[in-house]
Amino acid sequence: MKYIDEYRDHRIAHALAAEICSRASRKWVLMEICGGQTHTIMRYGLDELLGEKIELVHGPGCPVCVTPLEMIDKAIELASLPNVTLVSYGDMLRVPGSRSDLFHAKAKGGDVRVAYTPVEALKIAREDPRRRVVFLAIGFETTAPANAMAAWQAKQEGLRNFSMLVSHVLVPPAIRALMSSPANRVQGFIAPGHVCTVMGCEEYEALAHDFRVPFVVAGFEPVDLLQAVLMLVRQLEAGSAELENQYVRSVQAHGNPAARKVMQDVFEIADQKWRGIGPIAASGLRLRETYADYDAVRVFGLHDSTAEEPAECISSQVLQGLKKPTECSALGSRCTPENPLGAPMVSNEGACAAYYHYRRHT
Amino acid sequence: MDETKTITGIICPAPLPAGDTVVLGHGSGGKLSAELVRSIFLPAFQNPELAKLNDQAVLNVNGTRLAFTTDSFVVKPLFFSGGNIGSLAVHGTINDLAMAGARPLFLSVAFILEEGFSLTELRRVVNSLSQAAADADVQVVTGDTKVVERGSGDQIFINTTGIGLVPGSLELSADRARPGDKVLLSGYIGDHGIAILAQREGLEFESPIQSDSAALHGLVAKMLEASTGITPSGREQRGCAIRCMRDPTRGGLSSALNEIAEQSKMGIQIEEPMIPIREEVRGACEMLGLDPLYVANEGKLIAIVESGMAEPILQAMRRHPLGTESRLIGTVTERSPGTVIMRTALGTTRIVDMLAGDQLPRIC
Repeated sequence: MKYIDEYRDHRIAHALAAEICSRASRKWVLMEICGGQTHTIMRYGLDELLGEKIELVHGPGCPVCVTPLEMIDKAIELASLPNVTLVSYGDMLRVPGSRSDLFHAKAKGGDVRVAYTPVEALKIAREDPRRRVVFLAIGFETTAPANAMAAWQAKQEGLRNFSMLVSHVLVPPAIRALMSSPANRVQGFIAPGHVCTVMGCEEYEALAHDFRVPFVVAGFEPVDLLQAVLMLVRQLEAGSAELENQYVRSVQAHGNPAARKVMQDVFEIADQKWRGIGPIAASGLRLRETYADYDAVRVFGLHDSTAEEPAECISSQVLQGLKKPTECSALGSRCTPENPLGAPMVSNEGACAAYYHYRRHT
Repeated sequence: MDETKTITGIICPAPLPAGDTVVLGHGSGGKLSAELVRSIFLPAFQNPELAKLNDQAVLNVNGTRLAFTTDSFVVKPLFFSGGNIGSLAVHGTINDLAMAGARPLFLSVAFILEEGFSLTELRRVVNSLSQAAADADVQVVTGDTKVVERGSGDQIFINTTGIGLVPGSLELSADRARPGDKVLLSGYIGDHGIAILAQREGLEFESPIQSDSAALHGLVAKMLEASTGITPSGREQRGCAIRCMRDPTRGGLSSALNEIAEQSKMGIQIEEPMIPIREEVRGACEMLGLDPLYVANEGKLIAIVESGMAEPILQAMRRHPLGTESRLIGTVTERSPGTVIMRTALGTTRIVDMLAGDQLPRIC
């Protein structure tokens, strides 16, 4: 398959891994931000290929994992109301809230539907004006433009039975929070390729400058990630801290201006709670006042609540790269995808689930 | 937090299996399905035949060995590229019989129809079912029809039950797998699941993906011939080199291999580059965020065979029209009992796990 096979090539991958090992004069700790990249690393065993000199720690970039417990509770509350259809991305359905998950809400009669894009939610709203359709709009800067577009479109059409439950998070403030922590060990970052496809590279250039750490924007295939690791190692060995772009086939310096504009028009920056990490200032998006009619929290008068994570779960350290899933005593025994103690075990992109699914044998 | 539940002494906010309702994942063929069987069905119907947890029971009735199985079909859309619910209802049950090495003979068919379902469509389904049975040389000898109120069903559900004859003393079962045995796969994986999904999601490809729905007993007969010298008349010449067979339907190749690993208490190592997947299916899986190892098949089988006989059996498979793309994809090992491990295209290894429920598309 074009643009896939060459990035999974055995020979290229091994040559890159060998070069990384020979160039690294010492051990380096690198973090990949995005859950999709964590998934690739585990699925292809890149950690096995890289050996001892490179330690990959996994960042907070699993959108499903960092969506707050309370937001899932709200989605379940909405799904249980008569005449409400809750539309969600598929992998949110199994994520535990504080008491249940959307699969069980559906089993108990809630109208919960899976969609690949919010456009499908708009379609449901148009086709049945008597139903109140709520889209669970979660994710990073990757899903934000499409979600913004749905609200924009609904407003254009004057759709009155469509709203969104918004829980959007932004990558750069999370990196700032990680780097500002005294416990931080990360010496270089693999920046999220799809987020940068939308947002461009400027924000990461600023981060590289402010914290004196190298950043390489990378794609999602094994060769992409190995190339990014090599670029980081070269920089680290040379003592530089620049932003480089490995994912040139997708990412442009200024991102996607049309996508950024619709995000800007519909959303504004807000404080946001991250599951497993806690509140981070100015790290999320909420609907602007002009879109208040499409904000499910307001439309349905939902109340704020707080819920606690189980004490044994170390997902907060895992999501910050402070601990590896293998350091958790519950991994694979008391915490499995069927019995998740924390969100990183639920989504395929979560670091704990990636270890559980692919790496239990090592 | 009064609704929180305690599992082995710790507080968990949402223990999934402790739920008090059936969820869709219980029908996925993965761990949740297995859990349902283990916790509710097995204790209720305890007997040695059921306890084998094979896709069919093999029963000795006055010296005649009968394979007996049942399956229900609820596929949506009813008509898809490469088949429909009618032909699928024949192939699915025949294949469960064939995996015991049986020659399928008779089927029962039960229809559950929803009030309002089109008779024209019912005729199409029934004609197709009848044609599939005729092609497979089996007869539908008994049946039943029920109609439920509008909203209590989804157009049409079909149950088929099948009986077949097992030749000689042939016994295929997962616990016969031995270290060094080879794993054979009869062709491209993921075609059925992706054909259905593509139709549901409105995806179009340059060459449309067709379901692989097919009756496999003809292919199995050729494999048995190559592996034992079992002749079409059922005469057995020596021990069978095929240890067991599975058709990787719901839950895909991964679930079928995991079932064998678990029942045999052996490890299975498979080689990623050897697993045949069509370009279109790979592309669709990339787009939909799915792993083809977990996507359903309706016309494929995997066989665990004695190492020394792997080649002649593979050749026999390739000579059959339903097995032209057959490959040797792996080996049974003593290492990591109960686990399926894959050597990836990069030469690294990873676990191929059985999923809890249905595969969920990833968000990005």
